[in-house]
Amino acid sequence: MMLTIDGLNAYYGKSHVLQGVSLTVDEGEIVCLLGRNGAGKTTTLKSIVGAVPTRTGRISFGDRRIETLRTYEIARLGVALVPEQRGIFGLLTVEENLAIAARTASQWNLAAIYRMFPRLEERRRNRGTALSGGEQQMLAIARALIGGPRLLLLDEPTEGLAPVIVEELMTIVGEVRRAGVSVLLVEQNLKFCEALADRHYILDQGSIVFTSDRAGFVSAHAERERYLAVAAY
Amino acid sequence: MSVNLLLTQIVNGLGIGMIYFMIAIGLSIIFGIMHFINIAHGAFYLVGAYLCYALVSATGNFWLALALAPLAVGVVAWLAEPGVRRLYDLPASLQILATLGLALVIQEAVILIFDPLGKNVAAPAGLRGAAFFGSFVYPKYRLFVIVFTAAVAAVLWFLLERTRYGAVLRAGTESMQTVELLGIDISRIFSLTFAVGAALTALSGVLAAPIRGVEPFMGVEALSIAFVIVVIGGIGSFTGALAGGLLIGVVQSVMTTFWAAGANIMIYVAMALIILVRPHGLLGRA
Repeated sequence: MMLTIDGLNAYYGKSHVLQGVSLTVDEGEIVCLLGRNGAGKTTTLKSIVGAVPTRTGRISFGDRRIETLRTYEIARLGVALVPEQRGIFGLLTVEENLAIAARTASQWNLAAIYRMFPRLEERRRNRGTALSGGEQQMLAIARALIGGPRLLLLDEPTEGLAPVIVEELMTIVGEVRRAGVSVLLVEQNLKFCEALADRHYILDQGSIVFTSDRAGFVSAHAERERYLAVAAY
Repeated sequence: MSVNLLLTQIVNGLGIGMIYFMIAIGLSIIFGIMHFINIAHGAFYLVGAYLCYALVSATGNFWLALALAPLAVGVVAWLAEPGVRRLYDLPASLQILATLGLALVIQEAVILIFDPLGKNVAAPAGLRGAAFFGSFVYPKYRLFVIVFTAAVAAVLWFLLERTRYGAVLRAGTESMQTVELLGIDISRIFSLTFAVGAALTALSGVLAAPIRGVEPFMGVEALSIAFVIVVIGGIGSFTGALAGGLLIGVVQSVMTTFWAAGANIMIYVAMALIILVRPHGLLGRA
């Protein structure tokens, strides 16, 4: 197992955001974590890399317990989080954004990244603030890859992107998987998840309420209605 | 007033301004990266100047002071940073309280070890007297300060803009948490940044000593000017600190000839005018 989360609790102040979340991601697997806004999806990803104030429970990466490690140590082991806001440094050029994340152990060097993302090479001297939303998302993923991850955590990568960019993103996530990198994907875009994911989890009010493989998810009409459909106000 | 006098005051202002820049850049980057308001920053300048005084008095060798004082202050700051780090997550009011206390302790320690009176520091032997450029006469030591600080600024610019460490620092002024997500140990960045900022400030204290002498309250004065420069230039901006430092240096120096009593007030007038027009500073960002 690449990632095993067992009984994860997370808190922001007094609010108990995650209440005993358990999930796994296998080698080379794409796993999708779904749920409504506020269900705890982003907190789950942040907990994995130690970027929440308080958490309890066990988190293992490979055969190594990581819940006591610092964020940068977890990242160096090969867990890369691409945050929802993308975290592009606006004052740095595209190439500098990549350079500060680059590690020699990565299977992608700068040339390989530019082959995968030709648009980034065209814009390599531009500052982060000059990029479009789609370019920022590509750069955020490229920056994660150049650090040599074995597990990629993607938080709502398709949010706010044009359909043609979403398709491009789909191809890239597929390529990442073929390179042997596992992906834990948080997404609202069901089509994107269905097209890519091997397994699905649904998170509701801080707990996992449903889990299934690819086929099971397609036929799980009741759960999809109950936990994912937007409530009519 | 003659053209030569005005020119002298402008060049004086550039030299002082470069010293101010070196104090302010440390304060600016430390605030930009750690969000830490360090009222004790002026103490690095004070200690640098007094180390210069002590070393020059003991050995007569200014160059020794120029090399050793920033190194010593930098090493102490590097060792102290893991302790100082506890303050980063505290509210600004507590940071100010704690570092103001520290600044006062250092200032009083200087008074205890030396005394409250100002002292002169001789310029190094080769840089005493004046250089002649036609009818323009200028003190050699002040000329050296301008050239030397310009070289330091060039090295700093290269470090910040052309190296990976510099890129990490610039990224850190935007989001240190994102930097950490990329596998970078931010505690090492914090220590190094704190040490470099302290060493630069001590270096400016050494350079200022032969120009203005040393006295126990010079740290407080330098701190308030450094804050003005950070406000004018924009937090975390190298070019902003450079432009702000030179502007304040020249304004202060030129005003001394026109209206000596108001020279220091003009610093704050200049700051007020700039933030009225550009609330985030000359080169700052929202």
